[in-house]
Amino acid sequence: MSTITQNDVARKSSMQRLWTGTSRRPGLLRRAITWIVLCAGAVLMTLPFVWMVSTSFKVESQVWVFPPEWIPNPFRWQNYTEALTLLPFGLYAWNTFIITVLTTMGVVFTSSLCAYGFARIQFPGRDLVFMIVLSSIMIPYAVLMIPQYIMFRYLGWIDTFLPLWFPVWFGGGAFNVFLLRQFFRTIPAELSDAARIDGSSEFGIYWRVILPLAGPALATVAIFTVLNTWNDFLAPLIYISSQDKFTLALGLAQFRGLFSTQWQYLMAASTVVVIPTMLVFLFAQRFFIEGVVLTGMKG
Amino acid sequence: MIAQRQRAAHSSRLSMRTRSTITGYLFIMPIVLGFLIWVAGPMLIAIGLSFTSWDMLRKPEFVGFQNYAQMFKDELFWKSLQATFYFTLVSVPLSLIISFAVAMLMNVQVRGIAFFRMLYYIPSIVPSVANAVLWVWVFNSEFGLLNAGLSWLGLPKVLWLQDPRWAMPALILMSLWAVGGSMVIYLAGLQGIPQHLYEAAEIDGAGYWSRFFNVTIPMMSPVIFFNLVMGLIGALQTFTQGYLMTKGGPQNSTLFYGLHIYQSAFRDFKMGYAAALSWVLFTIVLLLSLFVFRSLGSKVYYEEPR
Repeated sequence: MSTITQNDVARKSSMQRLWTGTSRRPGLLRRAITWIVLCAGAVLMTLPFVWMVSTSFKVESQVWVFPPEWIPNPFRWQNYTEALTLLPFGLYAWNTFIITVLTTMGVVFTSSLCAYGFARIQFPGRDLVFMIVLSSIMIPYAVLMIPQYIMFRYLGWIDTFLPLWFPVWFGGGAFNVFLLRQFFRTIPAELSDAARIDGSSEFGIYWRVILPLAGPALATVAIFTVLNTWNDFLAPLIYISSQDKFTLALGLAQFRGLFSTQWQYLMAASTVVVIPTMLVFLFAQRFFIEGVVLTGMKG
Repeated sequence: MIAQRQRAAHSSRLSMRTRSTITGYLFIMPIVLGFLIWVAGPMLIAIGLSFTSWDMLRKPEFVGFQNYAQMFKDELFWKSLQATFYFTLVSVPLSLIISFAVAMLMNVQVRGIAFFRMLYYIPSIVPSVANAVLWVWVFNSEFGLLNAGLSWLGLPKVLWLQDPRWAMPALILMSLWAVGGSMVIYLAGLQGIPQHLYEAAEIDGAGYWSRFFNVTIPMMSPVIFFNLVMGLIGALQTFTQGYLMTKGGPQNSTLFYGLHIYQSAFRDFKMGYAAALSWVLFTIVLLLSLFVFRSLGSKVYYEEPR
């Protein structure tokens, strides 16, 4: 096999080799062009961020300059303190934090329980029920939104945090159950059997054998839940009307409504809202990429 | 020892099968309840609601199919369908092609690939509200980043979000910023394709494009298919951009269907009508999914289990 490849290579012109190279390493020209294209794209990807941060440090008069200046002069740190006190962003952050924690706890705990049931216990009707539950992924939120609102109104839970975190304690979303079920299925049955022989209850196996092994998968579910809750806009928009209960998303939207032309403050507030997600990503990068892959590859 | 055996004998009054059935259902109880309470129940309520007229103050009033009839005469209904389909049918394929292409670029052994991957991925995790606020500023016709770039290239400025012809293209462009999300998935898929397939093809004399269409695409088809379907369903439900950036304007050119539902329910207080709208959306999603499954599903190549 290697003989054929080497002959092939020998027959190609040097120009061709510059492009295609060998089967081991793509040609220099191709790598260079790839690198240039990737860099150009990377610039496009980061430019809006740079724009946002640059604007956030500008004096108001500097914002209305065309063509725009990239490095603010003077450099105004106070934009941040002023923007964050124009509206009680500290309170909004705290509200968002509480909702996120309650939601994530509910998702991780209940979805792992349900995934365990679907993955590690045999019972009649199991796979059919799983299919039915799974189908709920494809149902648009718009269909559920209005009846759920009416249900919560009947319960008197409008304008509280309850509609935002309570529903996820019921299984944490079919998608998470699906993800964890796939993961649990890969754990060798021998481990469960050994525990069963030792007299452990099913819940004991779940708690002491499966859960500790599921660290990465649980972390992935947790991280994505944190991210989705942090970013959620529509649900808080519908359910929360008192300003003191606003989440960061609502706060930023309100900020936009009130200070729509003061871009330096808007950009400062936006930067602050974006930073936590960035931090989560930077610290949990490994889980992110693996988790995204896990969710997108399970076609 | 004997006591244990006695206990075991007692507990086997219930057979292993019955025990595991009960345990199994106990474990999955949360999501079964969740499905019934938060999904199945609301869907049934929505159907019933769609046959009423209700403004949340007075009692709901049964009106039969009036909501549906009204829908077909409603200009905003058709406008919102048009806008949503325009957005979906352009942004989803475009996003797919671009993220796939970028993934293929990244699959080449270039230095610093992890850094690039991170850079491309980060825009996809920006909170939608911050995204909306930022891009309104980017699209600003006088001082925005995009028009700054255009005039630097010597091109005229565009009234992005004020022009009915350009508002939707602007939103589509904005959605392409987040291609990093799917790119990461495709990249992982690409890296999972066994190298020996390419080598075998090369030996058989297959050129670059032939290798692409006969090895890469088939091996990636499950991933592409899954992301295509989920992408379509997601795009049809677009809301935040429309609500925060344009409020459906200018001239309803960006009136997303999800926004129309929201406005009917929470601004105009026509709950029954909104429920009917949402059921039409559900039907569309169902039909579209079936269509995609029928037409492309058979072309998806699944590995035989070893």
